[in-house]
Amino acid sequence: MIDPYQSHKRRQTIYGWLLLSPALIMLTAFAFYPTIATVWTSLFSRGTRKRPSEFVGLENYRSLFEDPTFWLVVENNLWYAGVTIPASIIIALVMALWANGKIPARSFVRSAYFTPTVLPMIAAGNLWLFFYTPGFGVLDQIGGLFGLPSVNWLGQPDTALWAVCAVTVWKEAGFFMIFYLAALQTIPPDLKEAADIEGASRWTYTWRVVLPLLMPTTLFVLVNAMINSVKLIDHLFILTKGGPSDASMLLLYYIWENAFAFFDAPIAAATTILVLIVLSLVAAVQFRFIDRRTHYR
Amino acid sequence: MTGSYVAFDGITRRWDGKGGVHDISLSVAEGSFVSILGPSGCGKSTLLRLLAGLERPSAGAIHIAGRDVTHLPASQRGLSMVFQSYALFPHLTVRENILFGMKVRRVPRPRREAKLAEALEMMGLEGLEKRKPAALSGGQRQRVALARAVVSGHPLCLMDEPLSNLDAKLRNSVRRDIKALQRNLGLTVIYVTHDQAEAMSLSDQIVLMQDSKIVQTGRPEELYDRPNSVFAAEFIGDPPMAILDGAVLGLETGDQVGIRPEHISLAEPDAADLVARVAACEYLGAETRVILAHPKARGLAVALPGQNNLQIGQEVALGLPQEHRVLFRAAAGAAEKDPRSIAGRASPNSRPVIAERHLQPSS
Ligand SMILES: Nc1ncnc2c1ncn2[C@@H]1O[C@H](COP(=O)(O)OP(=O)(O)OP(=O)(O)O)[C@@H](O)[C@H]1O
Ligand SMILES: [Mg+2]
Repeated sequence: MIDPYQSHKRRQTIYGWLLLSPALIMLTAFAFYPTIATVWTSLFSRGTRKRPSEFVGLENYRSLFEDPTFWLVVENNLWYAGVTIPASIIIALVMALWANGKIPARSFVRSAYFTPTVLPMIAAGNLWLFFYTPGFGVLDQIGGLFGLPSVNWLGQPDTALWAVCAVTVWKEAGFFMIFYLAALQTIPPDLKEAADIEGASRWTYTWRVVLPLLMPTTLFVLVNAMINSVKLIDHLFILTKGGPSDASMLLLYYIWENAFAFFDAPIAAATTILVLIVLSLVAAVQFRFIDRRTHYR
Repeated sequence: MTGSYVAFDGITRRWDGKGGVHDISLSVAEGSFVSILGPSGCGKSTLLRLLAGLERPSAGAIHIAGRDVTHLPASQRGLSMVFQSYALFPHLTVRENILFGMKVRRVPRPRREAKLAEALEMMGLEGLEKRKPAALSGGQRQRVALARAVVSGHPLCLMDEPLSNLDAKLRNSVRRDIKALQRNLGLTVIYVTHDQAEAMSLSDQIVLMQDSKIVQTGRPEELYDRPNSVFAAEFIGDPPMAILDGAVLGLETGDQVGIRPEHISLAEPDAADLVARVAACEYLGAETRVILAHPKARGLAVALPGQNNLQIGQEVALGLPQEHRVLFRAAAGAAEKDPRSIAGRASPNSRPVIAERHLQPSS
């Protein structure tokens, strides 16, 4: 005898799994499996023709930790994140507040700000190469007008990383601005009027009302900026290739170089896993702590 | 100034020559409750926003307490405002919402706390201090908005349809709260509404607007008994005044006569002023409202006690007592289209002639 309740419940369960399966299959094929395969790869030595690859445990991680280049790349990436994340968010916010006001040619200003986002990163890289080129680049030309000496922005270790950061900020700020603009338009104008009548200055209104109401957007943008600080390295291929002497080398470029230039897949895999662990931790912390203090409407 | 606390003087604000308000002059006594009444889109909110400083007039001047505030920013006009949408800050708690203005104005903490406690008590909001607006009912939000206006301590309070989001029952109770508040604190309240019943029950003075202009200003009973135009007659009162073509009553064509339905009665056929047909009967419990149809009249109705057995389509004879008739001259009707004679203080020729004696054939 089949219990009708039981059979109904079973049907519900099957139905649920069926609904889940497309996402599950995609995620398994393109996220879970590669992650596990990467973990697996990182535990084996690099195979050569003479010595086939063998299980070495955490040996790859140990050699990474002992490699000063790895630490230099980590340091670079921290600087890169530390500069590009706050800079792009703050610039995006300021641009959005400005472009949301009653200014002339508002839609022109908005699209002008948004243009860098539409450009492919490689194109942006080429554009900035033209700015940075010593001698006849735009920056040098302008500097020349004021009698400043020519600077090889991309060619010297002191400035290469910052030059790369500038391109990223330029590229990202317009994109984030769009999110801020959208969020700003959802703030009812009568809040501003109420604040005006209460005697709040523009500054107080922005600080006490607008910024808190933008918190959910800021959280979203922050997570994106953080991911981009690891992910967005296309312009390195055009501008510096990580040089000079690894001064502008970032983690993902380092992984790419190890894997596809030096064909050292295990080291690349180990680095990938480390990046993955750090990113998951950061994301978890962000959502747990900032989420709680954010007002969602 | 003699008793004039708020004064508009020829205020105009239009958009591309349309909408807004046009050449408004108005004076409001201190401590009074004034309603700005009119149909949707007639410029009520615009007038209020001009007074608040959220909108700038293109012509005219505004005085508050004898001070010219025409070009002052909102914060320096010494007034508070309750918005139609409440405009509570969604990320702040009730407490922070109420304290917002005082913090901005750097009121010392002990005084702030005292005022907050006082306002919470007055509005019956104790226990809700830590809630955010999203977790409040419409009526509670309404009271928070009122509390925020009250703690500012400004003697002038503007309200833009503050009750329009509430259900009928709540509306009545908050209405009474507002009136009590105004009386206890001696506030001057300027209150925008499109609900004539609300305006009638709350106000010391009603400002009736139509098409960017003031049609009539006066005490509620003045507007009710002596409307100065057909528009005023039909806007005020529920049911509104019945309007008859003058020709029916032996007047010049073009003149119109208004009479409140409660003054209409059934009459003997030979003593009838008018004969109309029954169009519908609405049973209201204590009385039945009989809606009447006549080709040269609109809004005709008569209230009969209890239930009655009039047939639809039946002819009834009506008595329209002379002393309750209001005459609208054709000249005045034409004057309705001339803005200058109808705005603010109406010129004499647009005044209605109340129960004019020459209408009476005998007596
Ligand atoms: N910012 C504006 N731009 C253009 N036209 C406007 C603006 N504000 C108001 N108007 C016009 O002015 C007229 C009066 O508007 P207002 O908001 O004062 O009406 P209201 O009497 O408050 O109506 P309601 O009862 O519907 O709130 C309307 O026709 C409106 O379209
Ligand atoms: Mg309005």
